[in-house]
Amino acid sequence: MNPVSDDRPAIELGNVSYRLNSGNDILVDLSLKIGRGETLVLLGRSGSGKTTTLKLINRLLKPTGGEIRVDGRSISEWDVIRLRRSIGYVIQEVGLFPHFTIERNIGLVPKIENWPASRIKERVQELLRLVGLDPQIASRYPRELSGGQRQRVGVARALAADPPILLMDEPFGAIDPLTRTELQREFLELQKRLGKTVVFVTHDLREALLLGTRIALMEAGKLITIQTRAGFLAASEPLVVAYRNAFGSQFEERGHS
Amino acid sequence: MNVWQFMLQNHAEVVELTLEHVWLVGVSILLAVVVGIPLGILISRWPALNKPVLGSANIIQTIPSLALFGFLLPAPWIGARADRLAILALTLYALLPLIRNTYVGIRGVDPAVVEAGRGMGLTDRQLLLQVELPLAMGVIVAGIRVATVISVGLATIAAAIGAGGLGEYIFRGLAMVNNAVILAGAIPAAAMALLADFSLGWLERKLSPH
Repeated sequence: MNPVSDDRPAIELGNVSYRLNSGNDILVDLSLKIGRGETLVLLGRSGSGKTTTLKLINRLLKPTGGEIRVDGRSISEWDVIRLRRSIGYVIQEVGLFPHFTIERNIGLVPKIENWPASRIKERVQELLRLVGLDPQIASRYPRELSGGQRQRVGVARALAADPPILLMDEPFGAIDPLTRTELQREFLELQKRLGKTVVFVTHDLREALLLGTRIALMEAGKLITIQTRAGFLAASEPLVVAYRNAFGSQFEERGHS
Repeated sequence: MNVWQFMLQNHAEVVELTLEHVWLVGVSILLAVVVGIPLGILISRWPALNKPVLGSANIIQTIPSLALFGFLLPAPWIGARADRLAILALTLYALLPLIRNTYVGIRGVDPAVVEAGRGMGLTDRQLLLQVELPLAMGVIVAGIRVATVISVGLATIAAAIGAGGLGEYIFRGLAMVNNAVILAGAIPAAAMALLADFSLGWLERKLSPH
Protein backbone atom coordinates (compact mmCIF):
# COMPACT_ATOMS: atom_id res chain seq x y z
CA MET A 1 0.00 0.00 0.00
CA ASN A 2 1.07 3.48 -0.76
CA PRO A 3 1.59 5.30 2.54
CA VAL A 4 0.89 8.66 0.90
CA SER A 5 -2.66 7.63 0.05
CA ASP A 6 -3.77 7.88 3.67
CA ASP A 7 -2.84 11.54 3.88
CA ARG A 8 -4.64 12.32 0.68
CA PRO A 9 -7.89 14.14 1.41
CA ALA A 10 -11.04 12.13 0.69
CA ILE A 11 -12.60 15.11 -1.05
CA GLU A 12 -10.90 18.19 -2.35
CA LEU A 13 -12.52 21.27 -3.86
CA GLY A 14 -10.19 23.62 -5.69
CA ASN A 15 -11.49 27.09 -6.60
CA VAL A 16 -14.92 25.69 -7.37
CA SER A 17 -17.54 28.02 -8.78
CA TYR A 18 -21.11 27.44 -9.76
CA ARG A 19 -22.99 29.98 -11.80
CA LEU A 20 -26.53 29.66 -13.10
CA ASN A 21 -27.31 30.30 -16.76
CA SER A 22 -29.01 33.47 -15.60
CA GLY A 23 -25.62 34.75 -14.45
CA ASN A 24 -26.29 34.38 -10.72
CA ASP A 25 -23.32 33.13 -8.77
CA ILE A 26 -24.29 30.39 -6.35
CA LEU A 27 -20.74 29.45 -5.37
CA VAL A 28 -17.65 31.60 -5.76
CA ASP A 29 -14.13 30.22 -5.70
CA LEU A 30 -14.69 27.64 -2.99
CA SER A 31 -11.68 25.64 -1.82
CA LEU A 32 -11.94 22.91 0.82
CA LYS A 33 -10.12 19.77 1.83
CA ILE A 34 -12.04 17.08 3.63
CA GLY A 35 -9.96 14.45 5.39
CA ARG A 36 -10.71 10.75 5.61
CA GLY A 37 -13.04 9.85 8.45
CA GLU A 38 -13.82 13.47 9.20
CA THR A 39 -17.28 14.95 9.60
CA LEU A 40 -17.20 18.34 7.97
CA VAL A 41 -20.29 20.42 8.64
CA LEU A 42 -21.31 23.06 6.12
CA LEU A 43 -23.12 25.67 8.15
CA GLY A 44 -24.96 28.61 6.69
CA ARG A 45 -28.33 30.10 6.01
CA SER A 46 -30.63 29.17 3.13
CA GLY A 47 -29.11 30.17 -0.18
CA SER A 48 -25.54 30.19 1.11
CA GLY A 49 -24.53 27.41 -1.29
CA LYS A 50 -24.34 24.45 1.11
CA THR A 51 -26.66 22.16 -0.81
CA THR A 52 -25.07 23.17 -4.11
CA THR A 53 -21.69 22.17 -2.70
CA LEU A 54 -23.01 18.68 -1.88
CA LYS A 55 -24.60 18.26 -5.29
CA LEU A 56 -21.34 19.25 -6.95
CA ILE A 57 -19.52 16.52 -5.06
CA ASN A 58 -21.80 13.73 -6.33
CA ARG A 59 -22.11 15.47 -9.69
CA LEU A 60 -25.84 16.08 -9.57
CA LEU A 61 -24.54 19.49 -10.67
CA LYS A 62 -21.47 20.32 -12.70
CA PRO A 63 -19.22 23.14 -11.54
CA THR A 64 -18.81 26.07 -13.91
CA GLY A 65 -15.26 26.57 -12.66
CA GLY A 66 -12.58 24.82 -10.63
CA GLU A 67 -12.03 21.18 -9.89
CA ILE A 68 -13.35 18.59 -7.44
CA ARG A 69 -11.30 15.55 -6.53
CA VAL A 70 -12.62 12.48 -4.79
CA ASP A 71 -10.03 10.00 -3.64
CA GLY A 72 -7.38 12.10 -5.37
CA ARG A 73 -8.99 11.84 -8.78
CA SER A 74 -10.87 14.61 -10.54
CA ILE A 75 -14.56 13.67 -10.60
CA SER A 76 -14.75 14.58 -14.27
CA GLU A 77 -12.56 11.49 -14.83
CA TRP A 78 -14.83 9.25 -12.76
CA ASP A 79 -17.67 7.29 -14.31
CA VAL A 80 -20.51 9.31 -12.80
CA ILE A 81 -22.54 6.23 -11.84
CA ARG A 82 -19.52 4.66 -10.08
CA LEU A 83 -18.83 7.94 -8.33
CA ARG A 84 -22.39 8.18 -6.99
CA ARG A 85 -22.46 4.56 -5.87
CA SER A 86 -19.36 5.17 -3.77
CA ILE A 87 -20.99 8.20 -2.13
CA GLY A 88 -24.01 7.73 0.13
CA TYR A 89 -26.56 10.53 -0.19
CA VAL A 90 -29.14 11.45 2.44
CA ILE A 91 -31.57 14.33 1.94
CA GLN A 92 -34.06 16.05 4.21
CA GLU A 93 -37.07 14.80 2.27
CA VAL A 94 -35.54 11.29 2.44
CA GLY A 95 -36.94 10.34 -0.96
CA LEU A 96 -37.72 6.70 -0.20
CA PHE A 97 -39.29 4.87 -3.14
CA PRO A 98 -42.95 4.69 -2.10
CA HIS A 99 -43.69 1.62 -4.23
CA PHE A 100 -40.86 -0.44 -2.70
CA THR A 101 -40.80 -2.14 0.68
CA ILE A 102 -38.18 -0.98 3.17
CA GLU A 103 -36.12 -4.02 2.22
CA ARG A 104 -36.15 -3.15 -1.48
CA ASN A 105 -35.43 0.49 -0.73
CA ILE A 106 -32.31 -0.36 1.24
CA GLY A 107 -31.28 -3.20 -1.02
CA LEU A 108 -31.65 -1.40 -4.34
CA VAL A 109 -28.03 -0.45 -4.95
CA PRO A 110 -26.70 -3.84 -3.80
CA LYS A 111 -29.25 -5.42 -6.14
CA ILE A 112 -28.22 -3.43 -9.19
CA GLU A 113 -24.64 -4.21 -8.21
CA ASN A 114 -25.67 -7.88 -8.53
CA TRP A 115 -25.16 -8.97 -4.95
CA PRO A 116 -26.67 -12.43 -4.32
CA ALA A 117 -30.17 -12.23 -2.80
CA SER A 118 -29.17 -13.91 0.46
CA ARG A 119 -26.38 -11.40 1.03
CA ILE A 120 -28.73 -8.46 0.33
CA LYS A 121 -31.20 -9.84 2.86
CA GLU A 122 -28.49 -10.16 5.48
CA ARG A 123 -27.17 -6.69 4.73
CA VAL A 124 -30.64 -5.14 5.07
CA GLN A 125 -31.14 -6.80 8.46
CA GLU A 126 -27.73 -5.67 9.59
CA LEU A 127 -28.32 -2.08 8.47
CA LEU A 128 -31.74 -1.86 10.08
CA ARG A 129 -30.22 -2.91 13.39
CA LEU A 130 -27.35 -0.50 12.86
CA VAL A 131 -29.70 2.49 12.52
CA GLY A 132 -31.76 1.38 15.50
CA LEU A 133 -34.78 -0.10 13.73
CA ASP A 134 -36.54 -3.40 14.26
CA PRO A 135 -35.55 -5.68 11.33
CA GLN A 136 -39.23 -6.74 11.27
CA ILE A 137 -40.12 -3.54 9.42
CA ALA A 138 -38.24 -4.75 6.31
CA SER A 139 -41.48 -5.90 4.70
CA ARG A 140 -43.35 -2.64 5.32
CA TYR A 141 -43.81 0.30 2.98
CA PRO A 142 -42.44 3.80 3.63
CA ARG A 143 -45.93 5.24 4.19
CA GLU A 144 -46.35 2.99 7.22
CA LEU A 145 -43.34 4.53 8.99
CA SER A 146 -42.95 7.68 11.09
CA GLY A 147 -40.76 10.54 9.92
CA GLY A 148 -37.93 9.53 12.22
CA GLN A 149 -38.10 5.91 11.08
CA ARG A 150 -38.11 6.98 7.45
CA GLN A 151 -35.00 9.06 7.93
CA ARG A 152 -33.28 6.11 9.64
CA VAL A 153 -34.16 4.02 6.59
CA GLY A 154 -32.75 6.81 4.42
CA VAL A 155 -29.45 6.55 6.28
CA ALA A 156 -29.47 2.76 6.04
CA ARG A 157 -30.10 2.99 2.30
CA ALA A 158 -27.21 5.40 1.86
CA LEU A 159 -24.93 2.98 3.73
CA ALA A 160 -26.12 -0.11 1.85
CA ALA A 161 -23.17 -0.65 -0.46
CA ASP A 162 -20.73 0.56 2.23
CA PRO A 163 -19.61 3.77 0.49
CA PRO A 164 -16.57 5.49 2.06
CA ILE A 165 -18.23 8.90 1.78
CA LEU A 166 -21.61 10.15 3.00
CA LEU A 167 -23.27 13.40 1.94
CA MET A 168 -26.05 14.47 4.28
CA ASP A 169 -28.27 17.43 3.41
CA GLU A 170 -30.12 18.57 6.53
CA PRO A 171 -31.13 14.98 7.21
CA PHE A 172 -32.71 15.73 10.57
CA GLY A 173 -34.18 19.12 9.63
CA ALA A 174 -37.80 18.05 9.26
CA ILE A 175 -37.94 15.87 12.35
CA ASP A 176 -39.39 16.69 15.76
CA PRO A 177 -36.81 17.91 18.32
CA LEU A 178 -36.89 14.83 20.53
CA THR A 179 -36.38 12.38 17.67
CA ARG A 180 -33.82 14.73 16.16
CA THR A 181 -31.72 14.59 19.33
CA GLU A 182 -31.94 10.79 19.27
CA LEU A 183 -30.89 10.67 15.65
CA GLN A 184 -27.98 13.02 16.28
CA ARG A 185 -26.75 10.86 19.15
CA GLU A 186 -27.11 7.74 17.02
CA PHE A 187 -25.23 9.43 14.21
CA LEU A 188 -22.28 10.07 16.55
CA GLU A 189 -22.31 6.44 17.67
CA LEU A 190 -22.52 5.25 14.09
CA GLN A 191 -19.73 7.54 12.99
CA LYS A 192 -17.50 6.26 15.82
CA ARG A 193 -18.00 2.73 14.52
CA LEU A 194 -17.93 3.32 10.78
CA GLY A 195 -15.47 6.20 10.39
CA LYS A 196 -16.96 7.42 7.11
CA THR A 197 -15.99 10.68 5.52
CA VAL A 198 -19.09 12.80 6.04
CA VAL A 199 -20.11 16.16 4.63
CA PHE A 200 -23.09 17.34 6.63
CA VAL A 201 -25.22 20.36 5.74
CA THR A 202 -27.17 22.20 8.41
CA HIS A 203 -28.25 25.69 9.43
CA ASP A 204 -28.39 24.67 13.09
CA LEU A 205 -25.32 25.75 15.06
CA ARG A 206 -26.07 23.31 17.87
CA GLU A 207 -26.15 20.42 15.43
CA ALA A 208 -22.96 21.66 13.76
CA LEU A 209 -21.08 21.82 17.06
CA LEU A 210 -22.38 18.44 18.17
CA LEU A 211 -21.61 16.48 15.01
CA GLY A 212 -18.80 18.24 13.19
CA THR A 213 -15.10 17.60 13.58
CA ARG A 214 -14.76 20.84 11.67
CA ILE A 215 -17.28 23.50 10.72
CA ALA A 216 -17.22 25.45 7.48
CA LEU A 217 -19.31 28.59 7.68
CA MET A 218 -20.72 29.70 4.32
CA GLU A 219 -22.47 32.89 3.29
CA ALA A 220 -23.66 34.01 -0.16
CA GLY A 221 -21.68 31.33 -1.98
CA LYS A 222 -18.42 32.00 -0.18
CA LEU A 223 -16.54 30.18 2.54
CA ILE A 224 -16.25 32.56 5.49
CA THR A 225 -14.17 30.39 7.78
CA ILE A 226 -13.41 26.79 8.51
CA GLN A 227 -12.80 25.91 12.15
CA THR A 228 -12.69 23.11 14.67
CA ARG A 229 -15.40 23.20 17.34
CA ALA A 230 -13.22 25.05 19.83
CA GLY A 231 -11.96 27.36 17.12
CA PHE A 232 -15.51 28.16 16.06
CA LEU A 233 -16.50 29.04 19.60
CA ALA A 234 -13.49 31.33 19.95
CA ALA A 235 -13.46 32.88 16.48
CA SER A 236 -14.08 36.59 16.21
CA GLU A 237 -15.39 36.91 12.62
CA PRO A 238 -18.55 38.99 12.82
CA LEU A 239 -20.66 36.31 11.13
CA VAL A 240 -19.46 33.62 13.54
CA VAL A 241 -20.27 35.89 16.45
CA ALA A 242 -23.68 36.60 14.93
CA TYR A 243 -24.33 32.86 14.71
CA ARG A 244 -23.31 32.27 18.30
CA ASN A 245 -25.52 35.11 19.48
CA ALA A 246 -28.45 33.90 17.43
CA PHE A 247 -28.30 30.50 19.10
CA GLY A 248 -28.46 31.78 22.64
CA SER A 249 -26.46 32.51 25.70
CA GLN A 250 -24.45 29.31 25.94
CA PHE A 251 -22.63 30.20 22.70
CA GLU A 252 -22.06 33.92 23.33
CA GLU A 253 -18.59 35.50 23.60
CA ARG A 254 -16.13 33.12 25.27
CA GLY A 255 -19.15 31.15 26.36
CA HIS A 256 -17.82 27.60 25.89
CA SER A 257 -20.46 25.19 26.99
CA MET B 1 -90.57 -4.06 -33.01
CA ASN B 2 -88.59 -2.78 -30.03
CA VAL B 3 -84.84 -2.76 -29.68
CA TRP B 4 -84.62 -5.98 -27.67
CA GLN B 5 -86.66 -7.95 -30.19
CA PHE B 6 -84.53 -6.53 -32.97
CA MET B 7 -81.29 -7.51 -31.21
CA LEU B 8 -82.59 -10.97 -30.44
CA GLN B 9 -83.63 -11.55 -34.02
CA ASN B 10 -80.32 -10.28 -35.36
CA HIS B 11 -78.12 -11.58 -32.58
CA ALA B 12 -75.49 -13.02 -34.94
CA GLU B 13 -75.07 -9.66 -36.62
CA VAL B 14 -75.03 -7.81 -33.26
CA VAL B 15 -72.21 -10.03 -32.09
CA GLU B 16 -70.32 -9.59 -35.34
CA LEU B 17 -70.59 -5.79 -35.31
CA THR B 18 -69.65 -5.70 -31.62
CA LEU B 19 -66.54 -7.76 -32.33
CA GLU B 20 -65.66 -5.46 -35.21
CA HIS B 21 -66.06 -2.54 -32.86
CA VAL B 22 -63.84 -4.14 -30.24
CA TRP B 23 -61.27 -4.85 -32.94
CA LEU B 24 -61.22 -1.24 -34.18
CA VAL B 25 -60.90 0.18 -30.67
CA GLY B 26 -58.53 -2.48 -29.37
CA VAL B 27 -56.02 -2.25 -32.20
CA SER B 28 -56.02 1.53 -32.25
CA ILE B 29 -55.54 1.81 -28.47
CA LEU B 30 -52.75 -0.75 -28.64
CA LEU B 31 -51.02 1.27 -31.38
CA ALA B 32 -51.56 4.51 -29.47
CA VAL B 33 -49.99 2.93 -26.36
CA VAL B 34 -47.01 1.68 -28.36
CA VAL B 35 -46.43 5.12 -29.90
CA GLY B 36 -47.77 7.44 -27.21
CA ILE B 37 -45.96 6.16 -24.11
CA PRO B 38 -42.48 6.35 -25.69
CA LEU B 39 -43.33 9.83 -26.99
CA GLY B 40 -44.41 10.87 -23.50
CA ILE B 41 -41.15 9.50 -22.07
CA LEU B 42 -39.20 11.29 -24.80
CA ILE B 43 -40.68 14.70 -24.03
CA SER B 44 -40.13 14.18 -20.30
CA ARG B 45 -36.42 13.75 -21.13
CA TRP B 46 -36.10 16.51 -23.74
CA PRO B 47 -38.41 19.32 -22.64
CA ALA B 48 -37.63 21.19 -25.88
CA LEU B 49 -39.75 18.59 -27.72
CA ASN B 50 -42.63 19.13 -25.36
CA LYS B 51 -44.36 21.93 -27.26
CA PRO B 52 -44.08 20.53 -30.81
CA VAL B 53 -45.18 17.01 -29.78
CA LEU B 54 -48.07 17.98 -27.50
CA GLY B 55 -49.02 20.77 -29.91
CA SER B 56 -49.28 18.37 -32.87
CA ALA B 57 -51.31 15.88 -30.85
CA ASN B 58 -53.56 18.73 -29.80
CA ILE B 59 -54.12 19.87 -33.36
CA ILE B 60 -55.04 16.34 -34.45
CA GLN B 61 -57.55 16.28 -31.62
CA THR B 62 -59.31 19.36 -33.01
CA ILE B 63 -59.85 17.90 -36.49
CA PRO B 64 -63.47 16.73 -36.80
CA SER B 65 -63.53 12.95 -37.10
CA LEU B 66 -65.34 12.76 -40.43
CA ALA B 67 -62.83 15.23 -41.89
CA LEU B 68 -59.92 13.20 -40.56
CA PHE B 69 -61.28 10.06 -42.22
CA GLY B 70 -61.50 12.08 -45.43
CA PHE B 71 -57.95 13.44 -45.14
CA LEU B 72 -56.54 9.95 -44.73
CA LEU B 73 -58.40 8.50 -47.72
CA PRO B 74 -55.65 9.23 -50.29
CA ALA B 75 -52.93 7.65 -48.09
CA PRO B 76 -51.37 4.72 -50.04
CA TRP B 77 -51.65 1.47 -48.04
CA ILE B 78 -53.95 2.89 -45.40
CA GLY B 79 -56.58 4.27 -47.74
CA ALA B 80 -56.99 0.93 -49.48
CA ARG B 81 -59.14 -0.52 -46.68
CA ALA B 82 -61.73 1.21 -44.55
CA ASP B 83 -60.79 -0.57 -41.32
CA ARG B 84 -57.11 0.44 -41.68
CA LEU B 85 -58.23 3.99 -42.21
CA ALA B 86 -60.50 3.92 -39.17
CA ILE B 87 -57.79 2.37 -36.99
CA LEU B 88 -55.28 5.04 -38.03
CA ALA B 89 -57.71 7.85 -37.30
CA LEU B 90 -58.68 6.38 -33.92
CA THR B 91 -55.01 5.90 -33.05
CA LEU B 92 -54.27 9.54 -33.84
CA TYR B 93 -57.13 10.67 -31.60
CA ALA B 94 -55.97 8.43 -28.76
CA LEU B 95 -52.41 9.80 -28.87
CA LEU B 96 -53.00 13.03 -26.99
CA PRO B 97 -54.28 11.57 -23.71
CA LEU B 98 -51.52 8.94 -23.81
CA ILE B 99 -48.62 11.29 -24.51
CA ARG B 100 -49.88 13.89 -22.08
CA ASN B 101 -50.60 11.49 -19.22
CA THR B 102 -47.26 9.72 -19.61
CA TYR B 103 -45.50 13.07 -19.49
CA VAL B 104 -47.55 14.41 -16.59
CA GLY B 105 -47.20 11.12 -14.70
CA ILE B 106 -43.41 11.11 -14.98
CA ARG B 107 -43.07 14.78 -14.16
CA GLY B 108 -45.40 14.27 -11.22
CA VAL B 109 -43.08 11.85 -9.43
CA ASP B 110 -41.87 13.41 -6.17
CA PRO B 111 -38.65 15.31 -7.05
CA ALA B 112 -37.06 14.12 -3.80
CA VAL B 113 -37.53 10.50 -4.91
CA VAL B 114 -35.93 11.22 -8.28
CA GLU B 115 -33.06 13.12 -6.67
CA ALA B 116 -32.44 10.32 -4.19
CA GLY B 117 -32.44 7.82 -7.04
CA ARG B 118 -29.99 9.82 -9.12
CA GLY B 119 -27.82 10.55 -6.11
CA MET B 120 -27.51 6.87 -5.22
CA GLY B 121 -26.23 6.12 -8.70
CA LEU B 122 -29.19 4.79 -10.69
CA THR B 123 -28.64 5.11 -14.43
CA ASP B 124 -31.25 7.04 -16.38
CA ARG B 125 -32.69 3.76 -17.61
CA GLN B 126 -32.89 2.25 -14.12
CA LEU B 127 -34.48 5.41 -12.80
CA LEU B 128 -37.08 5.34 -15.58
CA LEU B 129 -37.94 1.64 -15.43
CA GLN B 130 -37.74 1.04 -11.69
CA VAL B 131 -38.90 4.33 -10.27
CA GLU B 132 -40.53 6.81 -12.64
CA LEU B 133 -42.67 4.53 -14.82
CA PRO B 134 -44.01 2.41 -11.94
CA LEU B 135 -44.92 5.56 -10.02
CA ALA B 136 -46.48 7.16 -13.12
CA MET B 137 -48.42 4.02 -14.05
CA GLY B 138 -51.68 5.10 -12.40
CA VAL B 139 -51.71 8.34 -14.38
CA ILE B 140 -50.74 6.54 -17.60
CA VAL B 141 -53.59 4.05 -17.19
CA ALA B 142 -55.92 6.99 -16.58
CA GLY B 143 -54.83 8.23 -20.02
CA ILE B 144 -55.51 4.82 -21.59
CA ARG B 145 -58.92 4.86 -19.94
CA VAL B 146 -59.87 8.27 -21.32
CA ALA B 147 -58.55 7.34 -24.76
CA THR B 148 -60.50 4.06 -24.77
CA VAL B 149 -63.78 5.61 -23.76
CA ILE B 150 -63.41 8.32 -26.43
CA SER B 151 -62.45 5.70 -29.02
CA VAL B 152 -65.51 3.54 -28.37
CA GLY B 153 -67.68 6.54 -29.18
CA LEU B 154 -65.63 7.74 -32.14
CA ALA B 155 -65.46 4.28 -33.65
CA THR B 156 -69.20 4.41 -34.37
CA ILE B 157 -68.43 7.12 -36.94
CA ALA B 158 -66.04 4.72 -38.70
CA ALA B 159 -69.15 3.06 -40.14
CA ALA B 160 -69.60 6.16 -42.30
CA ILE B 161 -66.56 5.12 -44.33
CA GLY B 162 -67.56 1.46 -44.30
CA ALA B 163 -65.22 0.26 -41.58
CA GLY B 164 -67.97 -1.67 -39.81
CA GLY B 165 -68.61 -1.74 -36.09
CA LEU B 166 -71.71 -0.79 -34.15
CA GLY B 167 -71.97 2.48 -36.06
CA GLU B 168 -73.48 0.41 -38.88
CA TYR B 169 -76.72 0.11 -36.89
CA ILE B 170 -76.67 3.75 -35.92
CA PHE B 171 -76.29 4.98 -39.50
CA ARG B 172 -78.76 2.37 -40.80
CA GLY B 173 -81.29 3.34 -38.12
CA LEU B 174 -80.87 7.01 -38.95
CA ALA B 175 -81.50 6.30 -42.63
CA MET B 176 -84.54 4.16 -41.82
CA VAL B 177 -85.77 6.57 -39.13
CA ASN B 178 -85.95 3.54 -36.83
CA ASN B 179 -85.07 4.10 -33.19
CA ALA B 180 -84.85 0.40 -32.40
CA VAL B 181 -82.05 -0.04 -34.96
CA ILE B 182 -80.20 3.06 -33.73
CA LEU B 183 -80.39 1.77 -30.16
CA ALA B 184 -79.20 -1.68 -31.24
CA GLY B 185 -75.93 0.07 -32.12
CA ALA B 186 -75.91 2.65 -29.36
CA ILE B 187 -76.67 0.40 -26.39
CA PRO B 188 -73.85 -2.12 -26.91
CA ALA B 189 -71.45 0.77 -27.64
CA ALA B 190 -72.43 2.53 -24.44
CA ALA B 191 -72.11 -0.72 -22.49
CA MET B 192 -68.66 -1.23 -23.97
CA ALA B 193 -67.60 2.28 -22.97
CA LEU B 194 -68.87 1.77 -19.42
CA LEU B 195 -67.16 -1.60 -19.14
CA ALA B 196 -63.86 -0.13 -20.35
CA ASP B 197 -64.23 2.81 -18.00
CA PHE B 198 -64.96 0.58 -15.05
CA SER B 199 -62.25 -2.02 -15.61
CA LEU B 200 -59.51 0.48 -16.48
CA GLY B 201 -60.61 2.60 -13.52
CA TRP B 202 -60.10 -0.41 -11.30
CA LEU B 203 -56.65 -1.02 -12.81
CA GLU B 204 -55.78 2.64 -12.37
CA ARG B 205 -56.57 2.48 -8.66
CA LYS B 206 -54.58 -0.74 -8.33
CA LEU B 207 -51.53 0.84 -9.92
CA SER B 208 -51.66 4.24 -8.25
CA PRO B 209 -48.97 4.71 -5.63
CA HIS B 210 -50.37 4.41 -2.17
